[in-house]
Amino acid sequence: MRVEILDAVLPTAVVMEEMKAGADGAVCVFDGIVRNNTRGRETLYLDYEAYREMALTQMQGLAAEAVAKFGVREVALLHRLGRLYVGETSVLIVVASAHRGAAFDACRWLIDTLKKQVPIWKKETFVDGVIWADGEPFPADVALGKA
Amino acid sequence: MRVHVLYFGVLRAFFKNERDLVDLEPGTDVAGLMKVLRGRVEGIAGVWGSLAVAVNREYAGVSTVLQDGDEVALLPPVSGGCGHPNHRKSAMIGARSFGGDTV
Repeated sequence: MRVEILDAVLPTAVVMEEMKAGADGAVCVFDGIVRNNTRGRETLYLDYEAYREMALTQMQGLAAEAVAKFGVREVALLHRLGRLYVGETSVLIVVASAHRGAAFDACRWLIDTLKKQVPIWKKETFVDGVIWADGEPFPADVALGKA
Repeated sequence: MRVHVLYFGVLRAFFKNERDLVDLEPGTDVAGLMKVLRGRVEGIAGVWGSLAVAVNREYAGVSTVLQDGDEVALLPPVSGGCGHPNHRKSAMIGARSFGGDTV
């Protein structure tokens, strides 16, 4: 597994290439990029910050869980922090598997779960203001008061 | 006993800090710490109910009893990855309740 939090441009092409092995029939890539607007409000850039140590541990756990849960061969999970402009990659997920179904499923599960529980936040700067992006409510097993 | 408290995201603007040292009575749990911290800031009600807490980098519940030297992080709902259409008004930076433009 390759799990990293970086402050620089993510090495998408390198990761995609190194993930391929003879036993694989599919490599599924999720390349999450900065959109130029939120509900029509023009975005200039995003600033990502993290509870870095915990985020990395959580991401390592998710990658391992994806392998166990979906039976895929290999997972790469990378997130970038700092200031990102429109079109730049903030999160990269690469899943290699013998069959495409498991690769698609694992990739989708990884981004959905990351967005709910990995402690990373983004601040959006628009042409006319700044705001912290609203996150999804925490899942019941991590929400305060439920545990 | 004393715990290290870390703030993230919008909470840094509310608490005007990234971290605090907080003195507590031995045996205090997460709920007790939250009560102490809640009294320190105004205008945070909209965010407070949506927080999660991590103790020593693992998600923890309100009844988790704290130990001297613990690292306790207050975590707003996370927004990593890409794309998210929703925004909460109470999370506006520079809102009057906590003063001025912070960016």
